[in-house]
Amino acid sequence: MDYAPTSATRRAASTKIVVAGGFGVGKTTLVGSVSEIVPLRTEALVTNESEGVDDLDAVPTKATTTVAMDFGRLTLAEDLVLYLFGTPGQRRFWFMWDDLCLGAIGAIVLVDTNRLDDSFSPLDYFESKGLPFIVAVNEFDGTQRYSLEEVANALALPPHVPIISVDARDRASVKQALVRVTEYALERLIQPLSVNAN
Amino acid sequence: MDPGDLFDNHDYVAPARYVRPYTITAGRTRSKVDLPMEATLRRRPGGFHPDLNPAALRVLATCDARSVAEVSALVSMPIGVVRVLLGDLVEQGIVHVEATITESSSKDERIDLIERTLRGLRTY
Ligand SMILES: Nc1nc2c(ncn2[C@@H]2O[C@H](COP(=O)(O)OP(=O)(O)OP(=O)(O)O)[C@@H](O)[C@H]2O)c(=O)[nH]1
Ligand SMILES: [Mg+2]
Repeated sequence: MDYAPTSATRRAASTKIVVAGGFGVGKTTLVGSVSEIVPLRTEALVTNESEGVDDLDAVPTKATTTVAMDFGRLTLAEDLVLYLFGTPGQRRFWFMWDDLCLGAIGAIVLVDTNRLDDSFSPLDYFESKGLPFIVAVNEFDGTQRYSLEEVANALALPPHVPIISVDARDRASVKQALVRVTEYALERLIQPLSVNAN
Repeated sequence: MDPGDLFDNHDYVAPARYVRPYTITAGRTRSKVDLPMEATLRRRPGGFHPDLNPAALRVLATCDARSVAEVSALVSMPIGVVRVLLGDLVEQGIVHVEATITESSSKDERIDLIERTLRGLRTY
């Protein structure tokens, strides 16, 4: 008949894309530009600079602090919701990223060309985990504009990693970035990189 | 060992910031149920649950059609605490978790979900 066999098994689902980058690079602004809700904040408990209490059984003697994460929601279809999680880029937050990145479609590394160093840590992380990511250069007004090629060189990006510019305040621009990372994730899944094929 | 024992031992003095959030989970910091941050919860119809503690009741009242992360934000409890409480509700059959990409998802399932996402984003 004229219904696809998959439609019967199709289930309501939710998925996520991670937005990483240094302090003040525009993560929350980007999430807020496309989210249907005002970005919400959730917290995870941290025992020290590198470990999460949630990852340990009981470490009651260690002092705890919290790490905050902002996120937004996009309802893409009646049976599909996409969440965007904005997360700090510093290495000491990596414990949280394992949790965050598990099951993610991919990641956007948001870059401010005045503070390129802040992006090295998320780039290293996503590369080591094999999570598909793109680099999006947030074009702050008055920032000296470098070509995307110059930025890619400065970051030593592998040639297959897409790099785009984005205006984190602009819905259409952010939507484009989300489409790009999702397309790229699909490409990677259909045609995996032959990493060290020996 | 019952994790609650830890808190019955009067010689043991835990830092307040640790004890407070996890007291409502009887000291448990993990859930047996896999609850990704983006997973959507559905409250199963019917039933009053007078046996639940106030924190669990707040989580139950908030969770329907929302994600784990949203529940955490809306009830102002850390994500780890909310996971433990939600995990209990799932184990008791009061709440159901909808699909996400997991480690056990097949390549076809991943492709299907990513393609659906792409179609949705293009018309968003
Ligand atoms: N002019 C301009 N300002 C921006 C842009 N994106 C963000 N900002 C501003 O930069 C500041 C920081 O933006 P946020 O979105 O809070 O950055 P963030 O990465 O979430 O910051 P943290 O969570 O503190 O790390 C805010 O005052 C924004 O209004 C942009 O594209 N252009
Ligand atoms: Mg922020």
